[in-house]
Amino acid sequence: MSETFIIDKMVIIVIVFAITMLMAMYATLAERKIAAWMQDRIGPNRAGKGGILQPLADGLKLFSKEEFIPNTPNRFLFILGPGISMTVALATSAVIPWGDKLIIGGREVILQATDIDVSILFILAILSVGVYGIIIGGWASNNKYSLMGAMRAGSQMISYELAMGLSIISIVMMSGTLSLKEIAVQQAGMNWNLFYQPLAFIIFLVCSFAETNRAPFDMSEGEHELVGGYNLEYSSMKMGFYLFAEYAAMFISSAILAVMFLGAYNYPGMEWAIENWGVNAANIIGVGVLFLKIFFFIFLYMWVRWTIPRFRYDQIMNLGWKVLIPLSIVNIVITAAVILM
Amino acid sequence: MSIENISLSGKKVDVSENKMTFLEKLYLINIVKGMMVTIKHMFMRPATVKYPEQTREFSPVYRGRHTLMRDDEGRERCTACGLCALSCPAEAITMKAAERKPEEKHLYREEKYAEIYEINMLRCIFCGLCEEACPKEAIYLTKSKALVFSDYDRTDFIYGKDRLVMPLEQAIRNTKVIS
Repeated sequence: MSETFIIDKMVIIVIVFAITMLMAMYATLAERKIAAWMQDRIGPNRAGKGGILQPLADGLKLFSKEEFIPNTPNRFLFILGPGISMTVALATSAVIPWGDKLIIGGREVILQATDIDVSILFILAILSVGVYGIIIGGWASNNKYSLMGAMRAGSQMISYELAMGLSIISIVMMSGTLSLKEIAVQQAGMNWNLFYQPLAFIIFLVCSFAETNRAPFDMSEGEHELVGGYNLEYSSMKMGFYLFAEYAAMFISSAILAVMFLGAYNYPGMEWAIENWGVNAANIIGVGVLFLKIFFFIFLYMWVRWTIPRFRYDQIMNLGWKVLIPLSIVNIVITAAVILM
Repeated sequence: MSIENISLSGKKVDVSENKMTFLEKLYLINIVKGMMVTIKHMFMRPATVKYPEQTREFSPVYRGRHTLMRDDEGRERCTACGLCALSCPAEAITMKAAERKPEEKHLYREEKYAEIYEINMLRCIFCGLCEEACPKEAIYLTKSKALVFSDYDRTDFIYGKDRLVMPLEQAIRNTKVIS
C-alpha cells in the first residue's frame, strides 16, 4: 500500500464525511422550506439571506440547551444510543461509488472510500445494527412511553429489513455481483436497473421509507400518539444527534437508491463526453449527475411526508410482513425465470 | 330503517358499506394523486404577509393605541373630568388634575387640565368605552392606528402623556388640512 494510496483514501474519506454532514444539515433546512412551499407559506427566511444560515442557528440552539440525564441506571447506554445511530448513518457512506475515476498526475484516483466485494451485504449489515441505536435509546430512558416508542420503531425496522434484502437479491441475480461499483459500471449509458426491475424499485423505496423512520412510517416519532417516542428524554446535543442521524440516513438511503436503481453516476452521452472532454471532466459531471439523482430522492422523501397521513402500527406490520415479503419473493422467482430463459 | 341505523338523537345514520377496490387497496394511485395536489400547491403564491416589511391594512374603526387629541388651535382637549376612568371596565386610566396658569392659556382649552394622565396598557382591553364616554372628544382609540408593542418590563407599559398626547406637529398638519 503506497503512501499516495493512503493519502488519496484519507482525502476521499474526509471529503465524503464532510459532504454527508453538510447534506444532512441542509436537508433540515430544505425540509422546512419545501414543507412551507407545499403549505402555501414561506419557510424560515430570517437567518442569513433567505434562511441559509438556519441550520447553524438550529445547531447553536441545541448546543445551548441544558444537558439532562434522567434518573436511569444505564447512564452509559443513554449516552451511547445516539452515538450508535449516528455511526451507522455515517458508516454506510463508505462504500458508495461517487464517481468513476479521476486521473490526477498520471495515476488513477477511484472516487469511492472503499471498494469491497460485498458492499451490499455490508450496507445491509450496518443497517441492521442501526436498530440498536433506537432500542437502546428507548430502554435507557427509564420511561414507559419511550420504551413503547422504541419497541414499535425497532419492530418496524426489522420487519422492513427483510423485504429490503429480498428485493436486493433480484438486482444481485441480474448483476451477478454484490459490489456496488460493479453494479454502477454495468448501468452504463441508459441501462439503468429501474427499467429492468420496477417492482424491486418500488419495494426498496417503500422499505427505505420505513428504515429511516420517515413519514408515513414515522409511528415512533408520532408526537400525538406517544408524547415523543424514543427521543422523549433526550435534550440538547444528544437529541440533535438523533434528529441529525435521521437526516443522514435519509441522505444515504437516497444515495443507495440512486446507485442501485438509477444508474449511479452514468448519464446518457457519457462516452461522448469521455472522448471529447477527457476523463476528468466527464466523471466530474458524473458526480454532479449522481447528486442530482440524490436530491431528487430527498425531494421525494419530503414530498411524500407532507402528502400522506401517518400509517397505523398494525397497518405498517401488515404491509411489511404480508404484502412486501411475498411480493419480493414473487419478484425473485420472476427474475429467475426470465434469466433462465 | 333497521335498528342499526337509528341514532339516539333522531337523525338517520347511514354508513356506506362499499369495500375498497383492488386498485384502491393498492394505495399507490391515491398516493400519487395526493402528491399531484401537493406539488400543485408548491407553485402557487404563498399566503404569507412578510411582517414587518409588509403589514395588513387596518379597518377604519380599528381600536389601537390611545391618542389624546388637540383642537384646531393646538390646545389639549382633555379637562381631567375623569369620565373615561369611570367608564373603563378594566380600571386602566388614572389621572391628576391641575389648574391652568395664566401663561399656559395657549396650551390647554379650559381651566382644568390633566397634569398626569396614565393608561396601564396591560390592563386596557381596548374596548373603546373611554372614547364613547369622553364629553370633550379628547381620547380616541380609532385615530392612531398604532399597535401597543411588547416589552420586557411591566412598568414600561404604563403610558404617560408623553406617549399618549397627539404630537404638536400632527395637530398643525390637521389644522392646515381643515382650513
